[in-house]
Amino acid sequence: MKKFISLLLIACLGAFIFISLYFPGGGTLAFPYYGDVDLNGRVSQAYIDKSVNGPNDVVVYGESTDEESGSANMVTSIVVDYRSFDTLGEVTVLLVSTLGVGILLGGKRKRLEYKHAPNFILKHGARLTFGLLVVFGVYMFAHGHLTPGGGFPGGSIIAAAILLLYLADDEFRVKLAGIKIAEGTAGSLYVIIGLAGLATGGYFLYNFLPNGTVGKLFSAGIIPIVYALIGLKVGSEISGAIDGFATEEVAE
Amino acid sequence: MTAMNVSDIIEIVIGVLMTLFAVVTLFSRKIFTAVIGLSIISLVAVVAFIMMQAPDVAITEAVIGSGLVTALFVFTLHAGKEEGEKK
Amino acid sequence: MIQYFSIVLLLIGIYGLLTQKHTIRLVAALNIFEIGLNVFIISVGYVRGGIAPILTSQANTSALLYVDPLPQALVLTSIVIGVGITALALALARRMYKTYGTYNLDEMEGK
Repeated sequence: MKKFISLLLIACLGAFIFISLYFPGGGTLAFPYYGDVDLNGRVSQAYIDKSVNGPNDVVVYGESTDEESGSANMVTSIVVDYRSFDTLGEVTVLLVSTLGVGILLGGKRKRLEYKHAPNFILKHGARLTFGLLVVFGVYMFAHGHLTPGGGFPGGSIIAAAILLLYLADDEFRVKLAGIKIAEGTAGSLYVIIGLAGLATGGYFLYNFLPNGTVGKLFSAGIIPIVYALIGLKVGSEISGAIDGFATEEVAE
Repeated sequence: MTAMNVSDIIEIVIGVLMTLFAVVTLFSRKIFTAVIGLSIISLVAVVAFIMMQAPDVAITEAVIGSGLVTALFVFTLHAGKEEGEKK
Repeated sequence: MIQYFSIVLLLIGIYGLLTQKHTIRLVAALNIFEIGLNVFIISVGYVRGGIAPILTSQANTSALLYVDPLPQALVLTSIVIGVGITALALALARRMYKTYGTYNLDEMEGK
């Protein structure tokens, strides 16, 4: 009976969504049909042309200098430049949720026991791979303004490298004090950079460093710095959560 | 109705796979199958993101959705199994 | 076409949230819901024939046809929030298992 009511509810909701999205009945569409979006006149076009503050010439890769935002990757320029305050709030949400995990899975803990103890080759091979994965994660957030990627996937790759050590070694535990220090430092530095922007440019998280040429590694002002901080913060937070899950409470 | 091209067919295959594994996740008998089904949905969603020209999102979903989240689920199941055996 | 399937995925997620009793399967249903929503938001910004919104040495001017970068930026952060929500929900599920000895919501009794 409950399943039937749920199914009925879902059918009504689905019909409602489909009708309001694709059969407006005289009104205008909520969203354009798939693929028919016209970006002209939308704020996204201003983000692409880097012309939010005023009209701008065409941006050319490797030639244009001192644009509004020096990032070649437009998604990055939105995430950590135009809407950086939003990202700061998002990182705070992640902090609160990992804090919740820490409270729920807290106390004195030991590692979960595996049925088969990992052998020598697995343990040491995982350590070799760990170094390569961390280098890849750092590459990811150092080049976040040039190539796809950035702080969020970079930090997650570092967390995944730590997860690999947890899976391959049944005695490994990350040092939680070090994680707390890395996480707190990265978060505070993000806010301090924002306040420095407030002091020099007049608003919070103002990009106060020179923007340089679009497409060069040393360009885009504070974007690489902020993305490195986000990478560190996300990586340490998710590693802390993994530690909570890979351990169990010791009975006193 | 325009003629079907390759990208349309790939989109339909992706959509059918996602729906199929969503049903598997909800109605499978073993809970472990449900977790693996969720991981497969994430992986297929990565292909969907690449089809829609979103490489940033695709990388993030590949690392988080099918890597870290699955690991968290498996750790939870493993811990529950172990505590259940002790009782 | 992928847009229709993303809405179907979203509806399956809500159905799972309404009917399932196992706490881990509930979290899985929440994840399905979230993936469907993310695919839908990305599909709203897709432009037919557009290229990925990154300036490279091949696509080197901003005058070309790009897909909408704004939904991508929003979904990028939404995925990372999703892993936070999943971790918190699973931690709660594990705590409930420890207190009540079961994952099934019907079998839980007040202690």
